[in-house]
Amino acid sequence: MCRRFTTVSGLIPLITGLVAGLSVTHSTQAEYGINFPPPAADVAQEIYDIHMLTMQIATFLLLVVFSIVIYSLYFHRKSRGYPADQQFHNTWFGNWSWVIVPALVLGVDLTIASNADAVLKKVWDVPKGEKLMDVKVTGHQWWWEFDYLDYGIKVESRYTPQEQAGDLYLREVDNRLVLPTNTKIRFLHTSADVLHAFWVPELAFKKDAIPGYVTETWSELNREGVFRGQCAELCGTWHSRMPLVVESISEEKFQAWVADQQAIKVAAAAEAAATKTWSREELMAKGKTLYETKCAACHQLTGQGLPPAFPPLNGSAIVNGPIEAHFNLVINGKPGTAMQAWGSLNDLEIAAIITYERNAWDNRTGDTVQPTDVALAR
Amino acid sequence: MSHTSTLHDVPHHHANPTGWRRWLFSTNHKDIGTLYLLFALAMLFMGGASAMLIRAELFQPGIQLLDPDLYNNLVTNHALLMIFGSVMPAAAGLANWMIPLMIGAPDMALPRMNNLSFWILPAAGTMLILSFVVPFFPGGGSQINTGWTLYPPLSIQVGMSMDFLIFAIHLLGISSVLASINIIVTLLNMRAPGMTLMKMPIFCWTWLVTAFLLILVVPVLAGGVTMLLFDRHFGTSFFDAAGGGDPVLFQHLFWFFGHPEVYVLLLPSIGVLSHVIPTFARKPLFGYKSMVGAMIAVGTIGMVVWAHHQYTIGMSLGAVSYFMIGTIIISIPVGLMIFNFIATMWRGAMSFETPMLFAVAIILMFTFGGLSGVMLAVVPADMQYHDSMFVVAHFHYVLMPGAVFGLFAGVFYWLPKWTGHMYDERLGKIFFWINVTGFNLTFFPQHFLGLAGMPRRIIDYNVMFTEFNVISSIGAMIFGFSHLLLLYIVIKTIRGGEPAPSRVWEGARGLEWEVASPPPFHTWETPPPIRQEQSA
Repeated sequence: MCRRFTTVSGLIPLITGLVAGLSVTHSTQAEYGINFPPPAADVAQEIYDIHMLTMQIATFLLLVVFSIVIYSLYFHRKSRGYPADQQFHNTWFGNWSWVIVPALVLGVDLTIASNADAVLKKVWDVPKGEKLMDVKVTGHQWWWEFDYLDYGIKVESRYTPQEQAGDLYLREVDNRLVLPTNTKIRFLHTSADVLHAFWVPELAFKKDAIPGYVTETWSELNREGVFRGQCAELCGTWHSRMPLVVESISEEKFQAWVADQQAIKVAAAAEAAATKTWSREELMAKGKTLYETKCAACHQLTGQGLPPAFPPLNGSAIVNGPIEAHFNLVINGKPGTAMQAWGSLNDLEIAAIITYERNAWDNRTGDTVQPTDVALAR
Repeated sequence: MSHTSTLHDVPHHHANPTGWRRWLFSTNHKDIGTLYLLFALAMLFMGGASAMLIRAELFQPGIQLLDPDLYNNLVTNHALLMIFGSVMPAAAGLANWMIPLMIGAPDMALPRMNNLSFWILPAAGTMLILSFVVPFFPGGGSQINTGWTLYPPLSIQVGMSMDFLIFAIHLLGISSVLASINIIVTLLNMRAPGMTLMKMPIFCWTWLVTAFLLILVVPVLAGGVTMLLFDRHFGTSFFDAAGGGDPVLFQHLFWFFGHPEVYVLLLPSIGVLSHVIPTFARKPLFGYKSMVGAMIAVGTIGMVVWAHHQYTIGMSLGAVSYFMIGTIIISIPVGLMIFNFIATMWRGAMSFETPMLFAVAIILMFTFGGLSGVMLAVVPADMQYHDSMFVVAHFHYVLMPGAVFGLFAGVFYWLPKWTGHMYDERLGKIFFWINVTGFNLTFFPQHFLGLAGMPRRIIDYNVMFTEFNVISSIGAMIFGFSHLLLLYIVIKTIRGGEPAPSRVWEGARGLEWEVASPPPFHTWETPPPIRQEQSA
């Protein structure tokens, strides 16, 4: 019977290991990345606290269960000659445990649920009757679009390739979501194609981006810093390449940033509206940059695509065929596929992209598309 | 029963059929049970192989082995193979083998339908595998990169492999519903005289509840995927916002099926535990009536809490409060079940053969998974946990002990009864320890990954997540390969071994231990007498 003894005692290190592993998470040790990062908003702090509370209750209950089971495993064994108590289920305890146990569990449940409900009431609904800054967050395959509705600014945010991002690869983007501290911000979540989910752990909430829906969350950042998250809802091939980076700065710096962005926007609009005829080289240069940021994730830098989901553009019938079809596909997209409508780009940008696509790689149409052509095609 | 055999007539009560006819035309609950179990074993290895490929890819940051679509295809395939291909058929196999033996019935109530409900499975399995491989052929379209939840609009973008998958789900659903009808009819009509419902062995009770759940929820999934099929090919817009449809509707339909499905996977294993623990504790099950009440409560409440899988879709405060409280309340019946198991062990005379080792591991690890489930039910905290690796860790801690280890315990417990040979106890224990160690090594670190911010279903991750992923992948290899030992033990036991007596275990109670090991082709042709507290 000695072997049975070793079998049971072998369980104990395993169990203590499990329990120790869980209790370590009680202290915030960001450097090991085993718990939520320190919250950057009051809402996030509430959520952090309820998480710790439920985890502590769960750990306590786990210890109770493990202790009872281990005690029983050790003492109530045939090999120790313990006689089975055949009438245990007929004692008063056996007769009433079906009431006692649910009552105890209900007590724990109500403790958790009442605390959780209190937190929920604070964090769930956007505060009413207060001044809020609105940021519309739109998920795209596979980038994020941030519209600062109060300032008329639009930011496109895409992952930074490994060569540039280094250790921050998949946690770094080209354009960050810049937000002011001490301002109540309402996020309006939606999607242009499939489901995505906005998740930055320091802000502590996650919300799905659903096409056809606009859902709300809110937050008020209480410290400056850079907070990194990721898309959390499977959105297809490059789901892993949708980092979210929030840059939290003071209100003054934010106002300066807003002014910069508005100036850039005005300049771009002026450039696009200018009644100049663009040369092929100018358009090709602009088009290459735009293509590589906006199109290459699917159609690839080489124009080879990733068939069958993402068709090649090199030698494609549409790119080398009548230009009207090409305009239509870029401006309106192709419903039911990952090809989205790019009509929100200005005429110059579309002209540059189409010119580039029709003359890059082995494509030799020789077309030069002017912004005015795009305006007519819209 | 005296008609003669003809070609279309299934041999019955005459000579025992042999060769392929014995299996293809079988109406014998024991043979069909064996077929179910073998099918489940084959699928277990395929699903396990896909899981090991996933973990191999995640061993290091960067994309080394797979491409993103293949990765997501494997994620989808792993879940569907394990849930529909492995756990459900294995549980149905146990039901087929054991229910007639336990209730003193000569066979299942509807033997020909029993044959049909099994033989749909190989066709469904083929469709499922085709959905995985079709994209690798020219013109096969894109791979299924949606995960098993098949959420539109992504699932509308996928190529023709999604259609194979939809039909596979339909076939699997038909098979489950037919098997469930059969089990309900058998349990309600075929019990030996004197075996009232409240004397029925708990395993039969768990299957009665499971079968009702399946009949209630599988058609909802079938409706959901049919609407998906129509959206894909027939111009409807059930789930397409651009056509006035609602992508969230699919999620509700899916989880209306998907959450009770968790209990479908769980309950049969709870039933197995209710026999294993009393046997090896050598005393009766503690709280038979409260077990029955608890599982009915779990089934009932489990039907109305589905949206806790979708806290992040933007429901109203009232809706999420309801789903939170409903979900937390499930801990009451589940807690009662675990309490009853512990109380059965308490003051018993326990010995630790392989089935009991699995039972103890289930109690401890399932409690752990259940408690992380309570954490996930808390809506504000779930805003963080949702769709992170924490969820992956949680549901594997629930389903691996709660479903798979329960099935392992059942297989080791009844294998001597089925084959007439004792399995190799030493190898069984070695398998248990490697398996459980590998499992914990795989999934425990994933809690930390999730809390630290790693989403699930990503092929590539930042270097900050490396350490725990390395541990998890090493654990997964140990865990995965340990099942080869299971296969070896099963084959070895089938081929020979120490002869098993009819009452294989010292403390075993119930009618199944009163027939020979292995049981003759037909058993209980005359119903056995039921004595006081025979089974419970």
